[in-house]
Amino acid sequence: MWESLKEFASTFFVTGDPLIYGSDVAIVLTLAAIVFVLTKYKKWGWLWREWLTTVDHKKIGIMYLISALLMLFRGGVDALLMRAQLAFPNLEFLDSNHYNEIFTTHGTIMILFMAMPLLFALFNWVVPLQIGARDVAFPFLNAVSFWLFFFGALLFNISFVIGGSPDAGWLSYPPLSEEPFSMGPGQNFWIWGIQISGIGSLMTGINFIVTILKMRAPGMTLMKMPMFTWSVLSSCIMIIIAFPVLTVTIALLYLDRFLGAHFFTLDGGGNPMMYINLIWMWGHPEVYIVVVPAFGIYSDVVATFSRKKLFGYASMVAAVMSIAIVSYFTWGHHFFTMGTGAGVIAFFAVATMLIAIPTGVKVFNWMFTMFRGRISFKLPMLWTIAFIPCFVIGGATGVMLSMAPADYQYHNSYFLIGHFHQTLIGGVVFGYLAGMYYWWPKLFGFKLNEKLGQWAFWFWNIGFYVCFMPQYALGFMGMTRRYYTYGWDYGWETLNLVSTIGAFLMGIGFLFQVWQILYSIKNMEKEKDTTGDPWDGRTLEWSIPSPAPFYNFAVIPKVKDVDDWWRIKQEKANGTYKEEPVVLEPIHMPKNSGIPFVMAVFWFIAGFGFVWEWSWMAIIGMIGVFACMWARSFVYNDEYYVSVDEVRRIEASYGRVY
Amino acid sequence: MRGTKMLRQIQFWLLAALASVLMAGCGEEYVVLNPKGPVGQTQYDLIMISIILCSIIVVPVIVLTIFIVFRYRDKPGNKAPYKPEWAHNAKMEVVWWAIPIIIVGLLSYYTVRDTYALKESPNKEAEPLVVQVTSLDWKWLFTYPEQGIATVNHLEIPVGVPVKFQISADAPMNSFWVPELGGQVYAMAGMTTELYLQADEPGEYDGRGANFTGEGFAHMEFKVVAKPQEEFEAWVKEVKGTTPALTKEGYEELQKPGLADVMTFSSFPEGLFEEIVSKYSHGHPIKTSDASSQSETQKASAAEEALSTQELHQAHAQ
Repeated sequence: MWESLKEFASTFFVTGDPLIYGSDVAIVLTLAAIVFVLTKYKKWGWLWREWLTTVDHKKIGIMYLISALLMLFRGGVDALLMRAQLAFPNLEFLDSNHYNEIFTTHGTIMILFMAMPLLFALFNWVVPLQIGARDVAFPFLNAVSFWLFFFGALLFNISFVIGGSPDAGWLSYPPLSEEPFSMGPGQNFWIWGIQISGIGSLMTGINFIVTILKMRAPGMTLMKMPMFTWSVLSSCIMIIIAFPVLTVTIALLYLDRFLGAHFFTLDGGGNPMMYINLIWMWGHPEVYIVVVPAFGIYSDVVATFSRKKLFGYASMVAAVMSIAIVSYFTWGHHFFTMGTGAGVIAFFAVATMLIAIPTGVKVFNWMFTMFRGRISFKLPMLWTIAFIPCFVIGGATGVMLSMAPADYQYHNSYFLIGHFHQTLIGGVVFGYLAGMYYWWPKLFGFKLNEKLGQWAFWFWNIGFYVCFMPQYALGFMGMTRRYYTYGWDYGWETLNLVSTIGAFLMGIGFLFQVWQILYSIKNMEKEKDTTGDPWDGRTLEWSIPSPAPFYNFAVIPKVKDVDDWWRIKQEKANGTYKEEPVVLEPIHMPKNSGIPFVMAVFWFIAGFGFVWEWSWMAIIGMIGVFACMWARSFVYNDEYYVSVDEVRRIEASYGRVY
Repeated sequence: MRGTKMLRQIQFWLLAALASVLMAGCGEEYVVLNPKGPVGQTQYDLIMISIILCSIIVVPVIVLTIFIVFRYRDKPGNKAPYKPEWAHNAKMEVVWWAIPIIIVGLLSYYTVRDTYALKESPNKEAEPLVVQVTSLDWKWLFTYPEQGIATVNHLEIPVGVPVKFQISADAPMNSFWVPELGGQVYAMAGMTTELYLQADEPGEYDGRGANFTGEGFAHMEFKVVAKPQEEFEAWVKEVKGTTPALTKEGYEELQKPGLADVMTFSSFPEGLFEEIVSKYSHGHPIKTSDASSQSETQKASAAEEALSTQELHQAHAQ
């Protein structure tokens, strides 16, 4: 009995590595601290009522943000561990298996558990406010999406202390990710972490498409939507077409592993190359899913901080929507080296280059928005200005990669690593950070400290170039990705050391941001946003007070222009504004619900069962999931009204009299 | 404003750093930029064309951005024009839709041209030497069907003669890459990919696996020794005369996961490579003429005929 328990524990828990034991201690201490604080200050009820059961898009957005920043920390630590291992030739800081686990989790976390939730944080914060809506189309579903993401991410993350992390790369190519090459639960954690959160992402895509198409304020025709909302629409169209492919693909991979099916196995008629095609049919749209909304953020920020209308609005709309379409015809460029016929390769190469056309147009439009404007260098604008040269270089190296015969030399080399980090950091992360700084006052009612933000900005930016420019050169030196070590023979050592230094500079930049957020929370009175319009904004979200009341708009606005709030301010300034009589009406709002949280807990239980291939546990979990759906089906009373008096009282507390 | 000045300075240094990285490309360690054969040369030329054409956009955009950010900064007394409603100009927008279209058109032309060119032997006059490449966990097996010899983690080829690599795997997918000679192609179990390379200068070139295959992946490095034809033939003779044979059992031992040193073998079991390929093509309709009946002989001949993925593709298409 004791022996078998001991044996079970040694496979269940990851053992033998001091880094892991350190993490175990840290996890236990953090959990104890959280429980202690919640109990001491009697906050359990508050946590349940205000957060765990909320359906308010703004609060859900905040929870996405917190999760994403935690994941940025974890993914960042992974990155620094890798760079530390590669700083010098023949280092023995990490062994091969540990290194393989770390690059696998780094990639998976950064794309699926950092970029996606940060993206959804911004969707949730901004879209309803920008289109004059009181919530998203399906608030309950929105909460389900968040909790599925949360528990999916949790399931994935515990793998490094329980069971062992996946180590077959962030896209887990079979046959390497199949048995017998990857035994144990690691790959299953990868599959189920992504599977559960991926279902949430798909529902977010559906939710925001419906929100944008059906919930816009009167007068806001499609061509009067703010650019960020357009970019979210484009992104969500890609989500609803791409994510089902992911769901099915990794479900088939799981069937191979669990039931011994032969979809992607080496033998028995399996076809691993089919997996590679399928995963990139999701994977390539996925990178546009995360980058296109960043383009939307830049568009809004550049207009606001140049105090000028966005240049070429119609061109911009055409550009984001055409990217949504062309993105489906480029997946093949991830494996030009698979040896297919020249015709196939040429098709994907040219389709990929076509993406450069709308993207190039957008860059020109941003530049000419600044042209003849008045540019102020607040944090959101700093990140936007830094983005332009960074993304132009990243885009150019992307075009170089798309030239198939040259790609035979770049493929899987550090040139590729340099390229996609430049577009994903310089394009996506810079954009989301610009968006976070830009919309932060709207959510929290105060601005983040500029000075600390500038320190963070410079460390991030200088660190970025120091880290990734050498990687292009390493690619030309023939250095392959996913090497856990290298010798002195190739002349790689100097640039690797430089790159490692750059990575740590970016790490310092992140620490400055943590400091900036904590400092600003402590001193929030100093930077308080009393007007609701701290940046002299242009779109509807700046017309309401900060932090936005839970019902967003006391009165639904009537829209006449793309930059409607700017129009109203201009008209007020020159005296042509016609005040319309305002009649407050009771506001119809969705009720909180605990079902999304509980359902996601059951998903977690089911996922954990699937990971360990414990059918009884998976069955219990799935029964719970369906029980939650069943229970929800009989909730008829899920809405309520906020009375006019209540609205009047809340608005008065912001100094707005109706 | 101090911020702008700093921004400009930083951008200058970044560009300077980028330029120096690119110029440093002349150094010998930049293997991709120092091709030693016609295939690598074609790819090098294409890389240079793409850098030049991309620079036509990248450099002006960066310069113009710096200029605009500086000139239109919000500073009291800035006399630059301010037109907050100016947001559309059909002529200008046509220009910047047109510029990327033209450049992409040019790049597409060169890409398609070279894509087709590299599918064929770079040197039609000479009969190519055939080398069969098998990626194993975690070592490379090279078999020379015409010479009847085999090597592990070591490759010798004659100078000035195109080499036709037939590439497969008896393990998870890898990628066969000798950067100084030319680009890579995947090594996949159950099928064969084809890659032509040629060395024009004698020398020792580094080769490696470029697609992650697990624990020992970083150690799948090998040397490619290119030497004049006579020396190559002398080497073959020496291998034949002095080294052991690779037996079936020897191969099975080799196939087990683990690292290996350089090895040479005077012979290998006949049809070893074809057997490795057909081992995993079970169930694939490689030869479609009579896919339903699966006699042993048919399977073997089917595997032999499946020596290029193009053929495989056609078979699938029928």
